[in-house]
Amino acid sequence: MSEVAVKEKEPLFSKKNKKLITDPLNDTNPVTIQVLGICSALAVTVKMDAALVMSMAVLAVLIAGNVIVSLMRNLIPGKIRIIVQLVVVAALVIIVDQVLKAFVYDVSKQLSVFVGLIITNCIIMGRLEAFALANKPWASALDGLGNGIGYGIILVVVAFFKELFGSGTLLGYEIFGNATDMTGLYAMGYENNGMMLLPPSSLVLVAIYIWIQKSRNPSLQEGH
Amino acid sequence: MKFLRNIFDNAHAKLNKSEKTKKLFPLVDSVDTLMFTPNHTTTGGAHIRDGIDLKRTMMFVILALIPCLLFGMYNVGLQHDLANSTVEWSGVDQFLYGLMKVLPFIVVSYAAGLGVEFIFAIKNGHAVQEGYLVSGMLIPLIMPIDTPLWMVAVSVVFAVVIGKEVFGGTGMNILNVALTARAFLFFAHPTSMSGNNVWISGFKELKGSGNLVDGVSGATPLGDLASFTQDQPAYSSLNEFIDKGHSFVEAMWGLYPGSIGESSVFPIMLGAIFLLITGIASWRVMTSFFVGGLVMALIMNQFAGENAYMQLPAIHQLMYGGFLFGMVFMITDPVTAAQTSKGKYFYGFLAGFLGILIRVVNPAYPEGIMLAILIANVFAPLIDHMVISTNIKRRLKRVKTA
Repeated sequence: MSEVAVKEKEPLFSKKNKKLITDPLNDTNPVTIQVLGICSALAVTVKMDAALVMSMAVLAVLIAGNVIVSLMRNLIPGKIRIIVQLVVVAALVIIVDQVLKAFVYDVSKQLSVFVGLIITNCIIMGRLEAFALANKPWASALDGLGNGIGYGIILVVVAFFKELFGSGTLLGYEIFGNATDMTGLYAMGYENNGMMLLPPSSLVLVAIYIWIQKSRNPSLQEGH
Repeated sequence: MKFLRNIFDNAHAKLNKSEKTKKLFPLVDSVDTLMFTPNHTTTGGAHIRDGIDLKRTMMFVILALIPCLLFGMYNVGLQHDLANSTVEWSGVDQFLYGLMKVLPFIVVSYAAGLGVEFIFAIKNGHAVQEGYLVSGMLIPLIMPIDTPLWMVAVSVVFAVVIGKEVFGGTGMNILNVALTARAFLFFAHPTSMSGNNVWISGFKELKGSGNLVDGVSGATPLGDLASFTQDQPAYSSLNEFIDKGHSFVEAMWGLYPGSIGESSVFPIMLGAIFLLITGIASWRVMTSFFVGGLVMALIMNQFAGENAYMQLPAIHQLMYGGFLFGMVFMITDPVTAAQTSKGKYFYGFLAGFLGILIRVVNPAYPEGIMLAILIANVFAPLIDHMVISTNIKRRLKRVKTA
């Protein structure tokens, strides 16, 4: 992942920089290909709004953390770099947590401990170690953006199916009718799928996502 | 016969004409081999050939299931008759009612399951594998009769795709497909898979219209037993439970509410004998499963104390629920079972042991056998690995001392 420092001035969105954003969306997706940050993907995907807020939180921490660590990359002694990274991430997570509590209190309640646990999200430490420590701030910011969105896509896709089939709603809007009043599809005998409310169903959905992704792009398949 | 053969030959010839229709070859081929013995012979080298191939094996298991199926149909009608105060049926009527109720399950199960199999077969370019023939018959037999058909279809699709096809199809699955379907429904739609309202055909409507015979609770014996661990048990004591229609002999006959094919001992035993004589089911797994359940039930007896559920005699305990059905048709599934002979003992024992434990200790899961067999399925490769590596170690020791 470490890129060689470029001498001549390159445009802000050069081909290489664009790849920093687009690669993590698909071919090096942090969740489905690198299999990082799975725990939160399982835990906060029951409702779309929680998943969206969580993705935004991780995105913010990832971009800011990447930029800050990248700015300090020449000052950080190699032996204590993990501690320094942790302090940076911890500070950012506290800020994000406070912002969420101030502006979207309900969702913040739903996410509960998982906002605080962003600090242990492997994606963040992984990107700091693998990218920000060896690259310039602009490239690091783009890398953070790409990986954050890559993480967010998975969360939102999983939450989409979990909320749709588990609660019959999307972002709180009733898609299949009202389950308690027995309107819409429910009048015809449809019932919500209780398994979709349980964390293990996310594993199944993520696995299906990986299945589709890898069968579309055989170069991602591991050899036997 | 000649006439049928010609139809298939024509179909093959037509399909082979163009590249596009060649894709459909697996479809015709599967139906063809279902009716006629395949005409491919092994080429090169000497091979021992046996008349029993996958399709015959599957057919034997389905034959073994027929008694359970017929009994299930009769019992569905009988239970409805007993619960419905407006009808008075003869045995034949009861059977016909059951037939009309159970048949849709079988049709939906096969249609959904084989549909998925056909799609994967065409996509992967091989003939449809026969693995689903048995699962498709097992799934209706382990469902409560009042399960909506669309739920059956969804669970079948889930079980075949996630339980089997992702691992590579027939023979590669880790979990028992039929139980995967049931477990999926159990967690996805718990109200349709447990409780007292689902085990008698049309129970909810009868309850709503007031045509329910007084005193019919709709509970399975296991449901009644599990209620001993709750605040308001269905019976005041175990003796009352046994006296009121749950004696050992009555438990053997199995004329009580339950999943369609699981409640009576006799048809299951007929199937068991058939499977053992033909050598299709492993007697090692069956006996160790039974022993495992018996041991756990005896342990429960020792710690019974005030708990009426645990006082239930061990053998009596094993007659209820899916224990015997699981022993004969589920745990013996050769694909998901342990492959080594010694491993089979451990594997069966583990499943039986855990099954009774889950059932008795956790009243939220009166049917612990399903979960226990799935756990054992997951452990099977590990058990095999242990058996093989201990064997290697033992023999290595012999080499070193020599």
